[in-house]
Amino acid sequence: MAETPILEVTGLKTHFHTPEGVVRAVDGVDFTLMPGRTLGILGESGSGKSVTALSVMRLVADPPGRIVDGRIMFEGRDLLALSPAEMRKIRGGEISMIFQEPMTSLNPVYTLGDQIAEVFQIHEGMNREQAWAGATDMLEQVGIPNPESRVDDYPHQFSGGMRQRAMIAMAIACRSRLLIADEPTTALDVTIQAQILDLLLKLQEDMGMAMMLITHDLGVIAETSDDVVVMYAGEVVERLGIDTLFDDPRHPYTRGLLNSIPRLGEKFTRGKQPLEEIPGTVPNLIDYDPGCPFAARCGQAMARCHTERPPLFKLNPAHYSKCWLSEADAEGRAGVAAAG
Amino acid sequence: MRTYIITKLLHAVGVALVISFVSFFLLFYTADPASTLLPENADDADIAEFEKQFGLDRPMLVQYGDFLAKVVFQGDFGSSWVAKVLVGDLIGVALWPTLKLAIAAQIIAAVLAIPLGIIAAIRRYSLVDNVTTFLVLVGQAMPLFWLGIVLIIIFGVWLKWLPVSGSDTFAHLILPAITLGSFILPLNMRLVRSGMLEVLSQDYIRTARAKGVEEGRVLMKHAFRNAAIPLVTVTGVQFGALLGGAVVTETVFSWPGLGRLAIESIQVGDFPVVQAIVLIFGAFTILANLAADIGSAWIDPRIRFD
Repeated sequence: MAETPILEVTGLKTHFHTPEGVVRAVDGVDFTLMPGRTLGILGESGSGKSVTALSVMRLVADPPGRIVDGRIMFEGRDLLALSPAEMRKIRGGEISMIFQEPMTSLNPVYTLGDQIAEVFQIHEGMNREQAWAGATDMLEQVGIPNPESRVDDYPHQFSGGMRQRAMIAMAIACRSRLLIADEPTTALDVTIQAQILDLLLKLQEDMGMAMMLITHDLGVIAETSDDVVVMYAGEVVERLGIDTLFDDPRHPYTRGLLNSIPRLGEKFTRGKQPLEEIPGTVPNLIDYDPGCPFAARCGQAMARCHTERPPLFKLNPAHYSKCWLSEADAEGRAGVAAAG
Repeated sequence: MRTYIITKLLHAVGVALVISFVSFFLLFYTADPASTLLPENADDADIAEFEKQFGLDRPMLVQYGDFLAKVVFQGDFGSSWVAKVLVGDLIGVALWPTLKLAIAAQIIAAVLAIPLGIIAAIRRYSLVDNVTTFLVLVGQAMPLFWLGIVLIIIFGVWLKWLPVSGSDTFAHLILPAITLGSFILPLNMRLVRSGMLEVLSQDYIRTARAKGVEEGRVLMKHAFRNAAIPLVTVTGVQFGALLGGAVVTETVFSWPGLGRLAIESIQVGDFPVVQAIVLIFGAFTILANLAADIGSAWIDPRIRFD
């Protein structure tokens, strides 16, 4: 591929310093996102998905959090090397972000118009009237009825789905080239979820922006993503294309996730195969275990898995797996691996 | 918003009536004006004559009704028994000095409490935070009259920088205003600090930062307006305590305000003056609460639209 990635994250480590010890929330994450494509980041709660996203935005609260290592290249610029002022220009202008909780993500004491117009005022230097007109326009683009009057409304006058639309309006106002959506539909009703995903995909197509979509929901991944990064305990355990995810996943954790989705028509109670679950819980990220972080919950764990951390094996240019089982099929190892 | 204000105003009238009745009731049964104002050798006939002259021989409710009617319909608080002038005139002279003192104290408290509270919140557990927290604790623990006397000794007696009694010039205002301001400063500062700490961890602050809003604007526009809601409410509620503090401060600094007038009138048993001052303090407290209610509704649309 000759095309240059819009976002390239290598060896990212974000740690939190707490009284109990250092929490390795993100501990060696690598991925690449191509312009116009959607990268799904999949993982359960506490796997480091959101911290990865916040690290890209450089919005991890410091203290207690700190990006201790790695590189985040956005269109050839190292975001970690930018000054706070340069980073502010990128946020909301070139990379924007929407969050899980539309109910609490909007400021309750300002109107939606005010909050959307602010983006135009900051990044496009518009005056108040221009920015206000822009805000009305954005509300219309995200499908809010009567935008001329709703622009004067406060967040508490909107439903959850409408608020998420307003958040999206704010995020795409300056035609960002990368949109980070952190569980954008988790807090919404199922029907609204579908509408919001459709809206995001439509806007992405219209504007040609790249999207990094964080979710724990395989359904959302299936509907939106081109490439997928599976995260576990702060690490990328598998990187693969969307088709490979469903056809040929290699990491036992990814397989476990796929096997734990109920499928229409399958009977779990009478049949021989009950709905699978992954036993145990995500390990605490304070105590560093030299072995594979998934070993304790893995049905295929070998002696080696408990003592030696696997590197990210390259199965083909689009498929990487951080598991000793993949070693035999591997072409090589990825540049920066946790074991290194 | 209009319905909101009208409802609040009706509430205020009710509260004012209750205050006037309770204060009248308390003074009626505790004050013994005849024994205070008549010479010691006055006999029963003199006392009866005195009570008849001021209408004190009538039942309590009749006296209260009479008092209320005069206040409401004529704005007449009666005459002082001691100074033999209209209560309204005495109060007219003393009202402005007290208001001036209260406003100056509020300004000092706000000007210091808001920036200190914000700095303490964003630099949590830093040297600045710890020092201000310590000073605030000392301030909260110090009685007003004691602080007043200490300031008089330091700035009036030792350094001779500032006058220590009277109200003629702006310089006269400084020490009493600092004394009274330090009475409300600690609570305000704690409120700003805790309010900011809470608000800064909210999701919408992260949203503002994700939009590229610069940090000063995040603090002042997005965070402070939310953090100010409890501050505004408490400032209203606190106004009563501020007037109470003014009574002590005015006495220490011989400040010719309502507080000192109240103390002097209580000492000589001048019932109508005390009654009027209690009522006025009550009215100011109610107005301050009303202003705080309207202020928080203006800041927070969720209150306004309920």
